[in-house]
Amino acid sequence: MSTIAEKKEKVSVPFDYNKYLRPNKLPHIWCPGCGHGIVLKALLRAIDRAGLEKDNICMVSGIGCSSRTPGYVDFNTLHTLHGRAMAFATGVKLAKPELKVIVITGDGDALAIGGNHFIHACRRNIDMTVLVMTNSTYGMTGGQYSPTTPLDAIATTSRYGNIEPPFDACEMARASGATFVARGTAYHTIELEKTVHDALVHKGTSVIDIIDACPTYFGRANKFKSATHMMEAIEKDGTVNVKQAEKLTPEQLKGKVLRGVLHKVERPEYCEQYENLIMQKATSKK
Amino acid sequence: MAQKKKRLLQGNEACVEGAIYAGCKFYAGYPITPSTEVAEGMSVRLPKVGGKFIQMEDEIGGIAAAIGGSLAGLKSMTATSGPGLSLKQECIGYACIAEVPLVIVDVMRGGPATGYPTGPSQSDIMAAKWGTHGDHPVIAVTPSSVPEILTETVRAFNLAEQYRTPVMVLYDEIVGHMREPIAIPEPGELEVVDREKATCKPEEYFPYDDRHLVAPLAPFGSGYRFHVTGLNHKQDGFPTNDSKVIDRNNRRIIEKVETNKERIWKNEETALDDAEVAIFTIGSTARSARFAVNELRKSGLKVGLLRPLTIWPFPDAAVAELSKRVNAIIVPEMNLGQMVHEVERCAKGNCEVEGITRVDGEPITPAQIMHAVRRFL
Repeated sequence: MSTIAEKKEKVSVPFDYNKYLRPNKLPHIWCPGCGHGIVLKALLRAIDRAGLEKDNICMVSGIGCSSRTPGYVDFNTLHTLHGRAMAFATGVKLAKPELKVIVITGDGDALAIGGNHFIHACRRNIDMTVLVMTNSTYGMTGGQYSPTTPLDAIATTSRYGNIEPPFDACEMARASGATFVARGTAYHTIELEKTVHDALVHKGTSVIDIIDACPTYFGRANKFKSATHMMEAIEKDGTVNVKQAEKLTPEQLKGKVLRGVLHKVERPEYCEQYENLIMQKATSKK
Repeated sequence: MAQKKKRLLQGNEACVEGAIYAGCKFYAGYPITPSTEVAEGMSVRLPKVGGKFIQMEDEIGGIAAAIGGSLAGLKSMTATSGPGLSLKQECIGYACIAEVPLVIVDVMRGGPATGYPTGPSQSDIMAAKWGTHGDHPVIAVTPSSVPEILTETVRAFNLAEQYRTPVMVLYDEIVGHMREPIAIPEPGELEVVDREKATCKPEEYFPYDDRHLVAPLAPFGSGYRFHVTGLNHKQDGFPTNDSKVIDRNNRRIIEKVETNKERIWKNEETALDDAEVAIFTIGSTARSARFAVNELRKSGLKVGLLRPLTIWPFPDAAVAELSKRVNAIIVPEMNLGQMVHEVERCAKGNCEVEGITRVDGEPITPAQIMHAVRRFL
């Protein structure tokens, strides 16, 4: 049995976030109540747990609020064009497969303007971990409806209610061929850290859809009283872990989105295939 | 010296040979007529030299992945044609502002839109320069024969690596699809330039170091952890709203090409010494023009040819000088008048400037050029 002093010692060793951050680039641009910082925290802890070296990580993003993440982290960082993160990332990864490539993107960035790159990166099963921060709005342009905005929701471009059905990033990733597909939320931080860790150590395209509601635009337009109220309603009460869901009736599951690892299979990874099949055949003396 | 063995190659195949010669190790693209043979060739040749080829899901993905490959440290290329060039434009601007070395081959076909996929044109000259929004530098080379596609592709890589900027290899479908005998140069025969490597301590490294016109570019994963963005940025690569820094950088990326114009320009002069009329043209049209000059010279007519192998930056000085000693400059081009306006700008009224245009998917013939020249002699 450990003494109280030992227990205190154990608890008081703080996680050194500054090891992975660029402190002189802070404060970040995100609004009060935004979950992007919580997701970043989970990611940094997962990176640490996975034992990844900073020099070997390349973080690639597109355009949007979440895509500003690479500016704050001390890796090889590439902030690209709207929608193109996964295409740039594919180039980096294929050119230098020893790099661990992490893509940070939003739902508009990944699923609307970048939808084609999303589909085909998953299809190739190229080794990269993709964090889709789903806040159901275009935050940086002031709150227009996005591919994951729920039906009837109000946005600056759907003042009369949204008539476009929302899109499920996990179903799309799975159907496209991603070999690790999961969902998390900014509310369930400990679970998210583990999910991101499992994605990072997976070989192939790993996609995590992270529900991370926007209080400033989505929340205010849709009459949520506060950021915490919105977070509880959407992220806590609106989701259920896939393991807990097994015990629930269809009635109880109604209106709830599944969290956790939804799909995980083994399939040859693209860069390894290139090395093992194409390079070998091209250089064999036949 | 023994006569070197020649091979019969297509223009697009010569482009592949040029890229491999220059040390290209990464290609990403999307199939499009009439440039597809470049992708096909690279898919065969690159893995043999330890390089990577990937066929992306679309044109934008092609150039985006090529930029990623270049940032990872490999000499990178993509190839396309008209509609693809339109789609790639945002990424071209990205490579300009982020200062990423990249070669973009554009085999010109008829446009606009899908236009005439199998027909030649020279209608992307302005799109190559001005297609992407914002002020930006562009270098474009314009070969007019199969051997020249090889040497100009090598030069394009050299310029891209030297100036950390996208360089276009711009040629029409006729040059791209014609076959000519070509001797592949031996290693060491042509100059090959690599980008300047970072040698400072990682903590002292700035990817856009103010002390340089063109700063060294460290590859991702080499211990230099830095940030790249398409936003206006400071010397450390991070975004800025500082108007002075924005102004300085926007000007610097253009200055690095403008102040080195003399080194980037390359012109070929034919029979210009005593010429009273000059022809100014590129690509396959220059082949017709050369034929026309030879024919007219046989009749004693004083006509010559100025053929730029660098169309961007535009050969201002050569055209201005020429305009002072000829009566007229004829500008044949397979479009409805693009280069001719640049020639007019440089000639400043010193001589007559007349364009010959053609957009029916047929080449401009020597007869058309001879007819135009005769009107000024």
